[in-house]
Amino acid sequence: MTVKVSHDGTVQLAIHDEMTIYNAHSLKEMFLDHCHSGAQELQIDLSAVTEIDSAGVQLLLLLKLEAQKRGFILRLLRHSEAVIEVFELLKLSIYFGDPIVIHANWK
Amino acid sequence: MSDINPALETFAQEVDELLTAMEDALLVLEATPDDVDCINSIFRAMHTIKGSAGLFGFDEVVAFTHEAETLLDKVRNNEHLIDAQLIAVLLACKDHTAQIIQHVLSNEDEPLPIALQQQSEALITQLTGTSPVAKNMTSTQENKADHVEVDVNTSDSSDNWIISLAFKQNALRNGMDPLSFIRYLQTLGKIIDVIVSMPTSLRMEEMEPEDCFLNFKIVFNSRADKKTIEEVFEFAEDDCNIIILPPHSRQEHYLQLLEHFPEDQLKRLGEMLIEIGALTEKELDCVLKEQGSDHNAIIKPVGEMLIAKNILQQPVIVQALIKQEAIKQKINKEANYIRVDAAKLGYLINLVGELVISDAAIRLIVDKHGLSDVNNVVGAMSHLVEEIRDTALQLRMVQIGETFTRFQRVVHDVSKELGKQIQLQITGGEAELDKTIVEKINDPLTHLIRNSLDHGIETPEERIQAGKPEKGIIQLNAYHDSGHIVIQISDDGKGIDSEKIVAKAISKGLVKPDQILSQTEIYNLIFEPGLSTKEEASNLSGRGVGMDVVKRNIEALRGSVSVDSELGLGTTVTIYLPLTLAIIDGFMVEAQKERYIIPLNMVEECVEMNSTEWKIDHVQHYVNLRGQVLPYLRLGDFFHNNKKHQATQRESLVVVRFGEEKAGFVVDELHGENQTVIKPLGMLFENLKGIGGATVLGSGDVALILDVQGLIQYAKKRVSPTLALSMTD
Repeated sequence: MTVKVSHDGTVQLAIHDEMTIYNAHSLKEMFLDHCHSGAQELQIDLSAVTEIDSAGVQLLLLLKLEAQKRGFILRLLRHSEAVIEVFELLKLSIYFGDPIVIHANWK
Repeated sequence: MSDINPALETFAQEVDELLTAMEDALLVLEATPDDVDCINSIFRAMHTIKGSAGLFGFDEVVAFTHEAETLLDKVRNNEHLIDAQLIAVLLACKDHTAQIIQHVLSNEDEPLPIALQQQSEALITQLTGTSPVAKNMTSTQENKADHVEVDVNTSDSSDNWIISLAFKQNALRNGMDPLSFIRYLQTLGKIIDVIVSMPTSLRMEEMEPEDCFLNFKIVFNSRADKKTIEEVFEFAEDDCNIIILPPHSRQEHYLQLLEHFPEDQLKRLGEMLIEIGALTEKELDCVLKEQGSDHNAIIKPVGEMLIAKNILQQPVIVQALIKQEAIKQKINKEANYIRVDAAKLGYLINLVGELVISDAAIRLIVDKHGLSDVNNVVGAMSHLVEEIRDTALQLRMVQIGETFTRFQRVVHDVSKELGKQIQLQITGGEAELDKTIVEKINDPLTHLIRNSLDHGIETPEERIQAGKPEKGIIQLNAYHDSGHIVIQISDDGKGIDSEKIVAKAISKGLVKPDQILSQTEIYNLIFEPGLSTKEEASNLSGRGVGMDVVKRNIEALRGSVSVDSELGLGTTVTIYLPLTLAIIDGFMVEAQKERYIIPLNMVEECVEMNSTEWKIDHVQHYVNLRGQVLPYLRLGDFFHNNKKHQATQRESLVVVRFGEEKAGFVVDELHGENQTVIKPLGMLFENLKGIGGATVLGSGDVALILDVQGLIQYAKKRVSPTLALSMTD
């Protein structure tokens, strides 16, 4: 997991792991840290998410909820195929409102 | 037909009833084309016949009724308009169905004759060809299909399933992954939309990421049934509240299934819903458990709970409850009736007849030996026998209404054929009479009604010219009168032209040209064989065979028929029939040591035959009874021509009445009331004048039952025509 903090108050978070129940706890802690950091925009790079399950989706949803409550912007970036599949299944892309780029070599 | 097995017999009977109901409904539909009950009744007839015929393997019947059923189903769903043309075709279908069923019942293994096959095909083309589908209906349906439901909270008007999944907190820990179920769901159909929701109060700080807070509402389009969909979530059911709400189209499907729900057994609401697939057993168990666990005094009905828990839509529950109620009523109704073989009933009546005679014999002996202590017992028994007799006879009584309503069809068909507008009005259908008489009166009635249709009622143009309403009216009325049932057929047509009848009768040699006839006698001429005033015979009536047959048929039932008419205003035919042919209350008299029975309800009064009190005319045979001229008949002289009566004897006069006519019978002795079991006379005595039957008395003697009507006629004839002749001489 890498964290990049820009000067304009944007925090970019890249997840290089799965987003499942097995690491849900650590993911939550990390998300929570950044919620508290007072950043204006939280960007989450999902390009390296190899697997996402219900617990992962639940965390993302919760984060969006939290963003609305605390008044920062949540952007999901570069969705991986696994994420896109789940978002398609649950019709979540509209809810999150982030542009999803589908790669040319989409299987 | 005699070796037909009982199941087939029931089938034939059922078909008969269904077809009659269908016909009635069709005729009602003609007046009120959107009567839903009627449409349903017609559909049910075709549907049930198809089903039953299928059981017996009558493929021809199934093939034909299937087409009718398909069309009727469209009518029911408002996809096909019902109009006069369609009603005509359906009436023809009804007749045709009766014909082919008749055929398959009597020649089970033979194929349909070609004529019937052709008729089948012709009718099927009429059924399927003339189908102007109401176009706007289908297009809205298409619109509905295109219209994707967005708001999942309003579940109606959508064609999709609504699946709600509320996972419990431990779901994820227990290894459930809601996503996998949803993925699997995709294999059954198309997921239109998903709404994922969580409690909004949830804060990240407090939540355990291993807990599950997810709720899903899935808008799902699939042809799978509820059970299959439920099975997708089979493994999740412990960790998830699952509600599967059927789509709107499913709902219609359920409603339809409910409509055809077998009515043979009363089932509980839950069982019914499971059977049609609207509810799964798991859902029911869950609801029942909750109902049972609720210890409040008021237990909610299952139906209400199902709606409250959003498991099923209200219309389905309502329909199921209606159906349940209908089944309940039907079962109750069925339980109130027992089908009994008419022959068994006939046997019972015969036995009761014998019992009545034995009873009379016992009383006779008790009287003879003066056994006063036995008298009370016998009296009580006689009373019971009388009641048994009345009850047994009542069993055979049927209302005439059903016979009457059949004529609606005759009137409908014939008036169309003749281009006349005619309405049949029925009153007094609840009057009861013996079933055997009802059966035998059908033909004469048909003939009389056809006569009214053909000869009586004029064409609309003629009616307007005559200043009458365009629509002619035929009235069928029945009422009870002095132990008889009176049936009247009246029309407001052109009436009977008595001059024409006389002219015709003269040309046929029935009356002499110089004969003077009363109006009644003229009208009675139409019952003579070979007399018809219609110039050209139509295919309905007017061939001159008929009215005489009508009269003969009615007289064979110990009844009578008379005509009254007013030229230009209409005709009324009145039929008198005895209520029963089995046992009557009789009045026993004796003349010349012979006993006779007069039906009690025809006896007006009994007076002493006293020549000083009543002015008796011994030559013309009439008495002046309190200013009324009453022809009389000496029974002894009538039946024993050779013996002359002695004037010294004290005699009684029994005044009898039949309809409007009266006469007196002079007898030697009055014996009083007697329960009379009517025994038909053998062939040999059939043509005896003045005798309607015989009965066996308690003593074993035979007494003759008088044909009162015939004797009155005879007595009158002896008085008036001779009177008239002697005066003209």
